[in-house]
Amino acid sequence: MSSFSARLFLALIALSFPLVLLPGNAQAQENPYIVAYDHYLEEPGNLEVEYFSTFGTQRGGNDFHAFWAEFEYGATAWWTTEFYVDGQSTFGDSTLFTGTRWENRFRVLKREHFINPVLYIEYENTSGADKILKEVEGHDVEADYADKNSVLRQEHDHELEFKLLLSGTHKGWNFVENTIATKNLSNDPWEFGYALGASRPLALKASAKRCSFCRQNFIAGAELYGGLGDRYSFGLHDTSHYLAPVVAWNLPSDWTLRLSAGFGLNDNSHRFLLRWGVSREINGFGSMVGRLFGGQR
Amino acid sequence: MKPAKACLAALAASLGLLVASMCFGAQDKARSYKYHWDAQVYAELAHAPAKARAKQNPLEKDPDAVAAGRNLFEQHCTECHGDFAEGGKKGPSLLVPQIHDAEPGTLFWIVTNGVVWRGMPVWSKLPEPQRWQLVSYIKSLGVAEQAPAAGALPNAAANPSTAPSPPR
Repeated sequence: MSSFSARLFLALIALSFPLVLLPGNAQAQENPYIVAYDHYLEEPGNLEVEYFSTFGTQRGGNDFHAFWAEFEYGATAWWTTEFYVDGQSTFGDSTLFTGTRWENRFRVLKREHFINPVLYIEYENTSGADKILKEVEGHDVEADYADKNSVLRQEHDHELEFKLLLSGTHKGWNFVENTIATKNLSNDPWEFGYALGASRPLALKASAKRCSFCRQNFIAGAELYGGLGDRYSFGLHDTSHYLAPVVAWNLPSDWTLRLSAGFGLNDNSHRFLLRWGVSREINGFGSMVGRLFGGQR
Repeated sequence: MKPAKACLAALAASLGLLVASMCFGAQDKARSYKYHWDAQVYAELAHAPAKARAKQNPLEKDPDAVAAGRNLFEQHCTECHGDFAEGGKKGPSLLVPQIHDAEPGTLFWIVTNGVVWRGMPVWSKLPEPQRWQLVSYIKSLGVAEQAPAAGALPNAAANPSTAPSPPR
């Protein structure tokens, strides 16, 4: 890891620690998905600080541990903006800072419907060594990640990613479908991908007492995601796909823990992706910042 | 541009946009101070469809519904509506006749759909029984006789079974 990258990454991690110690009283009610998105945006003025890891097996190369931090802010009830910073360690090779992302989600409809669309736009500034697999698109296959970091990091990607997020909740079940279209800002063709998900809390009624281990605090489900080729070769050939059972544990202390075990569904996929994450929602972060600058809020 | 400079530029741009988004959100919240803003939020109650208004609370006779609803309120609602539902910087008071007199079905509809353009998010991510528990708690609150002074408990606090816990 270069000294600048290391310092930047450490600075962001250090910045996030005091944030997560701030007081709050909102229990997060997060769905367990790590790749798929539902239509629920961050509550206005709240900041969610998240850390995620992905351990992946690699045929023809060394296994890796990729990690990223997310800072998700609810600008309004219909707009959530999010900043990512990510890196990876390849066993027997090196540790790298691999890039940044800036994501925005916009709620389209005023009220709840059977299916609720959300528009998603993201700018990515990453290196070819990025292995967080936050989405799978185009002809992304396992072999792309087999080279040494010193080779992979030579590639720099500036991408715009668009998603149409469709999601609905019925009788406790949440169903999501994400359609992905990505354009590398160089002369690469449009690439496509998908993510599907379903989840449900283990209990629908809340208990009268606050508790950590109540069933309603656990949400379980599964997600399925993969690539759909590109503009010139749309379809499933030379693409990778994953199926992952997922679970989230929403603690009364505002913390959420997520775990996902992903299994590759064809020979182009990593055989196994183990993902986990921890996040904390900070209430009224916008108001705190406003007060810092002399606001009355 | 060197990678280090590019990263720094991307970071600076992203943080700048994050601050800009906070300012954008702040404008929304500043407006919520105004009386007409709260009035517009209450006016949303009238938009509940007749079918939604006619819904009965299936947990009306559940002895635990109010206590469970109070927990949910503390976890999800106090940030905007205040610790005692007296109204906060971002959300209106729930201790008003408009809320007290509303049908349970109307309150359930507004909790489910939010008032997105006026800052209240949708809460359909809470399962239906939990939204009804919230409605049970909100309906158990009284109407404030006057705007509560800072630190003062509203009418609801007179009834220990429905009074929220003191802020932590």
